[in-house]
Amino acid sequence: MNHIVCIAYVPDTETKIKIGADGKSIDESDVKWIVSPYDEYALEEAIRAKETKGGTVTVVTFGPAKADVGLRECLARGADDAVRIAADGLAQVDSLGVARLLAAAIKPMSFDALWLGNKGAGTDAQTLVPMLAEMLDLPHINLVTKLEWKDGAVTCWREIEGAKEVVEAPLPALLAAQKGLNEPRYASLKGIMAAKKKTITVKTPADLGVDAASISGEKAAVRWTKLELPPGRQAVKLIPADDPAKAAEELLHLLRDEAKVL
Amino acid sequence: MSNILVFVEQRDGKVRKAALESLTLGRALAVKTGGTVAAVVAGSGISGLAGELAAYGAAKVFVADAPELALYSCEGYTAALDAAASAFSPSIVLVPGTMMGKDVAPRFAARRGVGLLSDVMTLEVENGRLVGTRPVYSGKARATVAADPAASLQIATPRPNVFQAAKADVPAAGEAVPLALSGLKIRAKVTKIEAAEGGEIDVAEADKIVSGGRGIKGPENWPILKALCHELGAALGASRAAVDAGWIDHSHQVGQTGKVVSPSLYVACGISGAIQHMAGMGSSKVIVAINKDPEAPMFKVATYGIVGDLFQIVPAMTEAAKRMKA
Ligand SMILES: Cc1cc2nc3c(=O)[nH]c(=O)nc-3n(C[C@H](O)[C@H](O)[C@H](O)COP(=O)(O)OP(=O)(O)OC[C@H]3O[C@@H](n4cnc5c(N)ncnc54)[C@H](O)[C@@H]3O)c2cc1C
Repeated sequence: MNHIVCIAYVPDTETKIKIGADGKSIDESDVKWIVSPYDEYALEEAIRAKETKGGTVTVVTFGPAKADVGLRECLARGADDAVRIAADGLAQVDSLGVARLLAAAIKPMSFDALWLGNKGAGTDAQTLVPMLAEMLDLPHINLVTKLEWKDGAVTCWREIEGAKEVVEAPLPALLAAQKGLNEPRYASLKGIMAAKKKTITVKTPADLGVDAASISGEKAAVRWTKLELPPGRQAVKLIPADDPAKAAEELLHLLRDEAKVL
Repeated sequence: MSNILVFVEQRDGKVRKAALESLTLGRALAVKTGGTVAAVVAGSGISGLAGELAAYGAAKVFVADAPELALYSCEGYTAALDAAASAFSPSIVLVPGTMMGKDVAPRFAARRGVGLLSDVMTLEVENGRLVGTRPVYSGKARATVAADPAASLQIATPRPNVFQAAKADVPAAGEAVPLALSGLKIRAKVTKIEAAEGGEIDVAEADKIVSGGRGIKGPENWPILKALCHELGAALGASRAAVDAGWIDHSHQVGQTGKVVSPSLYVACGISGAIQHMAGMGSSKVIVAINKDPEAPMFKVATYGIVGDLFQIVPAMTEAAKRMKA
């Protein structure tokens, strides 16, 4: 079974966010970057399938040169090959544009399962998975928290409001990982050494036949026109807790009469 | 820009509240675009829903009613949306930002080769294009996102529980228009739905949430929070620390790697308020923090706070809620 795992190299969720000089994007100078956590679940599941059923795992990303660090981390954990679609020098590309680039890179490849995280941490748009599936004419299953491989098919448990949907799809299929699917491993020292020797294939959008100018910046299908710090919340109203019963009583009255939420 | 099409999510023949929120929002936008609002709904044995949708302003209701649409499938429901869009030629499509909506809308957008304003908390029409705002980077920033004004179709998924659902002053016609979907290709099929035990309210849909973290000390103490949930009609949420400790299923987790919620009331009990937790509940209207540590970051976002032991405060809140009802 061959797997492709698309990863995104994103700001660490702990990192401090500063608004960039353009007022539309973040100031990247002090940002710490990580492989998006959902992508780690996807990669782990692909590596586990490779370990039990054989095959290969290829990681693909769309990102600037620094994303190679993320790709090497994936190689160190057990991926065989890595491809980077070069984003260097490009203005912002939205999900539709990223899906176009990934689809162009993946179309000529042969695979049984195409994996993504269910969203990219940071932008959290949750749009890439169904878009990519549509462009590649694949069935997809989103928010997978458990899975069983069948002969030429897969059964997944998908998280929805108040229930889990059990979904079956023939392979090849696009599967999007959610927390709960597995516990991602750390890279071994041996893996880290081996990853250093591997080459990362770099492709430009032009190599893939995509006109980057037509999907980025002012030509992106969705544009970020402004990025700002969130509006501050009003200061907390603290209720003294010396007498828990009285404190609780007062809180509930505030919720009913002042906040009007009860 | 004129006509607006709203995808209506139903499960078991019941229209989801988030769909009524999107219909209400569609009506508000239509006032500005000067167009009419239509709804599209997919399922099996659902033709009776048109009346309810008319009350919320749907002049037309496109109905894809077929046995193979009884359970949700992205391919089937996207085909229904696509067929309705072909029949109605809207310039704006709204899809509620539920698990279903966030699955259908991007697939449809890619089919039409257009972008999608995802998970927006505000949405306006400005100079012929949709403009929205949404929290990004775990709520540490807010982005204004805009659709391509030249796009033939502009699509958005409004975040559930943020926009109001209200009936129109005068019901619309609600003319039911059957959709025949030919050559339906459904590859990813739902074979079964495993419902959560006890018909609990899901945090993603709840208007009120009482949530517990590491501070509750162990799963044996959930009944203390559940009693308050019961009195307030709230859903039970949890921090990742509580989920990872194995105290509760991941479906209850709120945060970056859990569910993103916008209830009118969020009561955080023994949750410190890590940025990844806030990413999931920072847009709640009223936040209550119950924590014995006055320095806990949760107090920085809370509307009301009690510094104290949750094992004393929470049962007292349950009692106070009972008294208030009596
Ligand atoms: C990539 C990534 C994704 C993550 N995603 C999520 C996510 O989706 N959701 C999430 O929640 N976390 C997430 N986290 C984890 C997050 O960083 C925190 O570790 C987690 O939220 C802490 O949970 P907690 O507040 O319950 O525990 P703690 O931080 O340990 O806080 C426990 C709190 O309980 C209080 N307390 C203890 N006893 C009592 C008592 N008797 N009465 C009152 N108060 C008491 C303490 O003062 C303390 O403030 C993520 C982390 C990473 C790196």
